[in-house]
Amino acid sequence: MAKVIGAVVVDAEVCKGCNLCVVSCPTQTLGLNRDVNSKGYHYSYMENPESCIGCSNCSSVCPDSCITVYRLKVE
Amino acid sequence: MSEIAERLKSIIRPENQVYKKSSVLNDVTMHYCPGCSHGVVHKLIADVIEELGIQDQTIGVSPVGCAVFAYNYIDIDWSEAAHGRAPAVATGIKRIMPEKTVFTYQGDGDLAAIGTAETMHAVNRGENIVMIFINNAIYGMTGGQMAPTTLLGQVTSTTPYGRNVDLNGYPLKITELIAQLPGAAYVTRQSVHTAGAVRKARKAIKKAFELSQKNIGTCFVEVVSTCNSGWKMTPVESNDWMVKQMFPLFPLGDLKDGGKEATEPFQMKG
Amino acid sequence: MGELRLMKGNEVIAEAAIRCGCDGYFGYPITPQSEVMESLMAQRPWETTGMVVLQAESEIASIHMVYGAAGCGKRVMTSSSSPGISLMAEGISYIAGSELPCVIVNVQRGGPGLGTIQPSQADYNQATKGGGHGDYSLLVLAPSSVQEMNDFVGLGFELAFKYRNPVMILADGVIGQMMEKVELMDQQPRWSDQQLKEITGSWATSGKSKDRNKHVITSLEMDSHIMEENNLRLQAKYQRMKEEDVRYELIDCEDAEYVLVAFGCAARICQKTVQLARAKGYKVGLLRPITLFPFPERVIAEMAPKIKGFLTVEFNAGQMVNDVKLAANGQTKVEYFGRMGGILPSPDEVEKALHQKLIGG
Ligand SMILES: Cc1ncc(C[n+]2csc(CCOP(=O)(O)OP(=O)(O)O)c2C)c(N)n1
Ligand code: SF4
Ligand code: SF4
Ligand code: SF4
Ligand SMILES: [Mg+2]
Repeated sequence: MAKVIGAVVVDAEVCKGCNLCVVSCPTQTLGLNRDVNSKGYHYSYMENPESCIGCSNCSSVCPDSCITVYRLKVE
Repeated sequence: MSEIAERLKSIIRPENQVYKKSSVLNDVTMHYCPGCSHGVVHKLIADVIEELGIQDQTIGVSPVGCAVFAYNYIDIDWSEAAHGRAPAVATGIKRIMPEKTVFTYQGDGDLAAIGTAETMHAVNRGENIVMIFINNAIYGMTGGQMAPTTLLGQVTSTTPYGRNVDLNGYPLKITELIAQLPGAAYVTRQSVHTAGAVRKARKAIKKAFELSQKNIGTCFVEVVSTCNSGWKMTPVESNDWMVKQMFPLFPLGDLKDGGKEATEPFQMKG
Repeated sequence: MGELRLMKGNEVIAEAAIRCGCDGYFGYPITPQSEVMESLMAQRPWETTGMVVLQAESEIASIHMVYGAAGCGKRVMTSSSSPGISLMAEGISYIAGSELPCVIVNVQRGGPGLGTIQPSQADYNQATKGGGHGDYSLLVLAPSSVQEMNDFVGLGFELAFKYRNPVMILADGVIGQMMEKVELMDQQPRWSDQQLKEITGSWATSGKSKDRNKHVITSLEMDSHIMEENNLRLQAKYQRMKEEDVRYELIDCEDAEYVLVAFGCAARICQKTVQLARAKGYKVGLLRPITLFPFPERVIAEMAPKIKGFLTVEFNAGQMVNDVKLAANGQTKVEYFGRMGGILPSPDEVEKALHQKLIGG
């Protein structure tokens, strides 16, 4: 059966750690980093990278357009 | 290399990219507070302009309000209007350059308080412009004062004990009024708090921009929004509050569609 | 020689706008200048030259429509009368701050408040000192004949684009309503796309093409240092106006011992006073400022030590007199005579005042 796997790249410097992407993710892939970026924000990152399905929910709710989404169909 | 890194490497490739920031958005970090709805709506407008291929023929009119600097973010020509006057500025632009696509971007104070006259009359003339209305029920820019759309009981810096009808009157449902005007072509109310809502809002904004090129009247898109700083909540709490408190008064959906009203020419004599 | 016609001042504004190739007019009715929009609407220039004419819902809306359209690099204008100009103040300040060219006609009536629809010059200070908030100036032209109502529309646009600054034609109810013979200009075409590109292409909001950066019309700047620079640039521009575009008329001033200073319709009355006084042997002249900003300071400063006094004649409580005093800088006596409320003094009345305040006193 075909399976969809995905990944996101967060622009950590632009991210403001608002958490909206984290709660929008249906697969609990994202979390806020314990580290902060140069502006002091706990930026978003893939806490559980293997669960991402590339659905783009996170990128569509992100106010700062800092998420790029990739998706791949695998057999 | 670890298994996870290997896996990511295989996915993160140009050919697998499904979402990337629009090229019509500049590479400037927006000044908005973390989680502010303004950023999402900017993104949607930029996406739509890119998709429709109208970057070179679109003029935006930014308001006085938190979105005053919209011109720093969306890579098109802009005119920055005085507080409330964006519909008049857009009218001037559209009338003098009717072949262009012209839109205003305004907050609730801008569009529904100080600029109410300009808003109503631009729509009533059926100006062939798009109006994007960010209703966050507060004056974000000036530090969280009461807006015309502030809910009854809502605490703001000028309604510290909650909005009170006797003192402050009622929340203004201006979009309902707009939908009554014969010059309105398309009037809709959207939000951007979930991925599904964002998809619908994007569709509505795209439709508004497409219709505005057909010159069939004013296209008006309200986006029920959050202002977490003004509301003094986290962005996530703000979304919940908006759904619970704002949606009952400002229900989502289309209020009008199908173009401005056709009329028979009136004969003064005979 | 252009076409000759007998016309009302307000109608001439409309005619001149169409003929000089104006792109758009946005206005709101108010006495004593409603004929401007009425004649435009009657002529339907959108069918001939393509000029846009729109009746706005208020003066606030009309000035901001002008702001939007002027930002597109086009030649646009509005007209109003005193209370309407007060409403426009914020918009005019934005236009000046964003350095946009446009023409604003103020056919003044008496104030304060709703005042009177009779003629007045009581908006002199408002017009010449900016009128709205912030450090800015309009270039102010004061016509004293129907012919100048015609000429100053074209000249106004020329100067507005020379400086990228709003130009005000400060007329009064008399000039607006008066009928006179006027020589009209031949119809000029509106600017072509090519001309627009050459003249305003570097800043106008005409749509961001791939080969240029976006254009933004704004008066906002959060960086204090840049904002100060913006202000200094404006001030330098006003200085340049003072050097290059002061306009005035001198009548019988060569040997004058007493000089009347009056603009607009008041200057016509004073011209008669000069004749009356000269007939009695008094050496009286008239200085008529045509640009009220930039004000003809230099000629006043040069005259001051040579004459026995200036008398300003104004339809207000004495506004221009302060600018004459500043320019004369104590070198001679400066007096004021005026009427208010819509009353125009007769030439005899002015002559009497001249005797009371200067010659006899
Ligand atoms: C003439 C004028 N009056 C008042 C202000 C101050 N002011 C700036 S923004 C604003 C309210 C903005 O609220 P809104 O339109 O809801 O935009 P938001 O910031 O919430 O997006 C006010 C009152 C102003 N700039 N100009
Ligand atoms: S693309 Fe979908 S699954 Fe992946 S992180 Fe974003 S929201 Fe979660
Ligand atoms: S939504 Fe965007 S800005 Fe907010 S935390 Fe996620 S990536 Fe960062
Ligand atoms: S104050 Fe409110 S509206 Fe303004 S940027 Fe912050 S969250 Fe957004
Ligand atoms: Mg608001």
